[in-house]
Amino acid sequence: MGELEIEKHTQFIMSVEKKKDFDSMVMEHLRMSGAYWGLTTLDLMGKLDAVNREEVVSWVLQCQHDCGFSGNVGHDPHILYTLSAIQILALLDKLDTIDADKISAYIVGLQQEDGSFAGDEWGEIDTRFSYCAVCCLSILHRLDKIDVGKAISYVASCKNFDGGFGCTPGGESHAGQIFCCVSAFAISGALTHVDRDLLGWWLCERQVKSGGLNGRPEKLADVCYSWWVLSSLTIIERVHWIDKEKLKTFILDCQDKEHGGISDRPDDAVDVFHTFFGIAGLSLLEYPGLKPIDPAYALPVHVVDRLFFGQPH
Amino acid sequence: MHGRPRKSSSDGGSQEKDMAKAAGLQSLQTQFFKNHHEKIYTKEALQLNAKLLEINPDIYTAWNYRKLAIKQLLESESESASIKQSLDEELRVVERALKRNLTSYGAWHHRKWVINMGYSSLDHEFQLLDQLLKADSRNFNAWNYRRFVADMKKSRDEDELKFTTKKINENFSNYSAWHNRSAILSHMLKNKYGGISAKEQEMTEEYELVRQALFTDTEDQSGWFYHLWLLGQKIAPIGPKLEMSWPCNGSQLVIDFNEQSHAYVSDFDTPFGTDHCMFSEGIPLVLHFSEPVKGVNASTVSVNSLLLQSESLVWRPISPHGLQAKTWVTLLKLPSTNFRAGETYTVQIRVADTLGIILLNGYNFACPTALNFSLDIHTMTIRSTGGNFETVPLAWEADFFFPLAIDENKFPIELHLDSLSIDGSGNQENTRWQQETLDREIKVCRELLEIEMDSKWAKLTLARLLIAQDMLSGGSILRNKRMHTDEVLQLFNDLIEIDPSHAEYYKDQFSLILLDKVSSGKQNLQEYLWDSKGTGSLSNGERNKWLRLHGLSLSRLGSLEQLLWVQRLDISHNRLQSIDGLEALQLLGCLNLSHNLLANFTALGPLRQIKTLRALNIADNKIGAHTVNSTRFSFPSALNNSSISNADTTRDADEENLEISWEITIAFKGLHLRQLDIAGNPANDEKCRRLLMKTLPSLKWLDGTSVN
Repeated sequence: MGELEIEKHTQFIMSVEKKKDFDSMVMEHLRMSGAYWGLTTLDLMGKLDAVNREEVVSWVLQCQHDCGFSGNVGHDPHILYTLSAIQILALLDKLDTIDADKISAYIVGLQQEDGSFAGDEWGEIDTRFSYCAVCCLSILHRLDKIDVGKAISYVASCKNFDGGFGCTPGGESHAGQIFCCVSAFAISGALTHVDRDLLGWWLCERQVKSGGLNGRPEKLADVCYSWWVLSSLTIIERVHWIDKEKLKTFILDCQDKEHGGISDRPDDAVDVFHTFFGIAGLSLLEYPGLKPIDPAYALPVHVVDRLFFGQPH
Repeated sequence: MHGRPRKSSSDGGSQEKDMAKAAGLQSLQTQFFKNHHEKIYTKEALQLNAKLLEINPDIYTAWNYRKLAIKQLLESESESASIKQSLDEELRVVERALKRNLTSYGAWHHRKWVINMGYSSLDHEFQLLDQLLKADSRNFNAWNYRRFVADMKKSRDEDELKFTTKKINENFSNYSAWHNRSAILSHMLKNKYGGISAKEQEMTEEYELVRQALFTDTEDQSGWFYHLWLLGQKIAPIGPKLEMSWPCNGSQLVIDFNEQSHAYVSDFDTPFGTDHCMFSEGIPLVLHFSEPVKGVNASTVSVNSLLLQSESLVWRPISPHGLQAKTWVTLLKLPSTNFRAGETYTVQIRVADTLGIILLNGYNFACPTALNFSLDIHTMTIRSTGGNFETVPLAWEADFFFPLAIDENKFPIELHLDSLSIDGSGNQENTRWQQETLDREIKVCRELLEIEMDSKWAKLTLARLLIAQDMLSGGSILRNKRMHTDEVLQLFNDLIEIDPSHAEYYKDQFSLILLDKVSSGKQNLQEYLWDSKGTGSLSNGERNKWLRLHGLSLSRLGSLEQLLWVQRLDISHNRLQSIDGLEALQLLGCLNLSHNLLANFTALGPLRQIKTLRALNIADNKIGAHTVNSTRFSFPSALNNSSISNADTTRDADEENLEISWEITIAFKGLHLRQLDIAGNPANDEKCRRLLMKTLPSLKWLDGTSVN
């Protein structure tokens, strides 16, 4: 088990963007999210200074379209990468480089009649996009631009028999979707829609014998659920219902101690996605040496506090 | 990204192959993006794109491109057959992509987009889904897509239900099938029966189906989750209602006024009997519902009395957020002149006579209720003591406590709910079926436990069933008729041993049952009622009565609706991390929370809604010891876009103190605390104390020392 290899993970993250192997190529379309995962992890470990901020910002802005941000230069815009871009700029305290009104207008345009959100002009509907909309607009202090009541009632209509939430009404409960819905409620002050005891119990039952967490019943444990399940439990004040020590051990066991990075489960291939979620999970478990992370905004607490409690805007 | 083994760095040969593959992909991508940006939609370009998607179905831009190509086609082509041909090709591309990655959102959405055009065979879609769900029966994209196709075809709910039966019979452990079954069944029953309660025949069949699953494999979760849902469909006692109020129905309050026209109210129907509660602005009227509601106002709740002035009452929801709450309060402003001293005035309240109170799910609250209580007005006999901890702070220690003797003849709290309802309890039929179901399911659990002694699922479900049976047979009315409490407590103790990972969950449930036991009837409550020799008490050294629930290892609060009358509460020396629900205690004046596990000031959020609170002890908690604040979103602040203005929280706070200062504001601003004890918390430093004194201008005692 042992320790968290902060130096190794820092090196791993810094090396990711230079990789030209097949697995890295296959993820090019979501580089904006990859950058957000990598940069946030670095900040949690106190290593953000290793990065050239100007370079990052200029690359992010290259992905800005008339409406929204794309996953990489030349790709089409999408709400997922718009959120990641805004999260990166918030992290680097460079939100003044964008036109917040323009971005809000893009997101407002994606809200549908029933309150749901499309991912882009092609109309895929998913509660993940509701979260992206609410989180992004809140960071830009423009949540009132959308119909929040309808947005919330759409998310509430995705509540299932087990207290969890799916992608769309009637969709099976899944920890990733639950994170999105619970966080959307949290950010909009609408947590009354969550049955904390019922959902909290379903979530704590994600912990399996190995100590890891799965995303839904009868599935394998995976480090990324250390974030989605844990952050949801934290927001609804039920995190004490899981065995924190066992989870910590599981996450630490998923490290590649030789080359850095964290994988979905022990001895699997590492990637920046699981590295972020593993370390974010450890932060929520109060692992020493890591900065605290906000469970709903998925950004370091000092960043979120600066956004909302810092100088009047 | 998932489930791929870690490669060792010495594997040179495969590295070369990999680089070649990467280069191939790179070249395809470069060409594709050129076509995309130049809007080239030739056959060759589309084939190149299809090749790309086969290798990597997650490049969302590549799917957008195909839609643009189709759009262009539709502009020039009007012949149906030709369009259908092109769309069929699209479906083939999707199928190949799905074979590569069955969870590719882009692929599924493209298929949906194509099908939505209306040119394709829906039956073929069902066939494809049958195949795919056979390969991976838990694929939620496929299940979602099936719902979409069924909707388009206008399939009958009954047929879709049959499909879930088929999948369940193939494998009982198919949570996805059970989930979809619950959604379809809810929909069917809503349509058939207008969303009220489920029909018995259908539900009995469901129980039979799930019983097969439970007996096949006791440790398989899917059946148990579904079983819990079935219970919830019927067992919740007769729907939402008004659970409790203060003053209670039938109670007689005695009111004295002082020379400043402040009302001193005594409620002899509670153990606190002779203690006065002083209200300077009006007497609170508290309504506590079984679930959060909105729309409680002067038109949905009528309050009539000769005593009251005619202006409309304003009702406040007691909840962290806006409009929905279980607890609602209004203030009855009594005129201190213009009444006849020595007289008794009745107050009549009717709740939900008119529609307007709404539940969270949008349905109407349909349980009209009537309450009455009376007020005996005495003459102005009270001299202001200037009380309220003027000379000496309240002593919190046990030395000053001794057991309270209750007058057996008074304190008939259990009577009150009996006469609460206008239209009596729910229908008898309903109750009989529920009783039978509970009896049967309890028997099933006991049978399973004979086969598998340590089945955590069977034990947990049995505990829940016994709790439900107690609630059903006694109603919440005859709370002292709980029959299963001891067995339930034992079951939770067993569970802590069998399933130690979830020990804290079981301990929370244990706390809830314990508090239910404590608050159910005067025999149980007796041992927790204490008298104190009043120092710094409300009036001249008179004794003060306390409810003391200290040292019970409580990790969770519950049954608070039974304790609305409590003015002084000691829940020190417990394991509380949260005091959720405490906001219901609208008469609370003194609260001892010392020696608990409160981790942040924001955990005190519920107290902000208790206007009567004057003395608070939070010494020896864990405030400041933790980096994670799990109550960050539970109370209004800028973080969750609540209407508190930013001016509240941004001040001359320096960067370092940002966290603490907004937390202190959320917890304390607006409270009229006279006494606060916070020693023994890591956060208790000079800065913190200064901030507290600034936020609480009425504070007189901080940790026992005078503030001035």
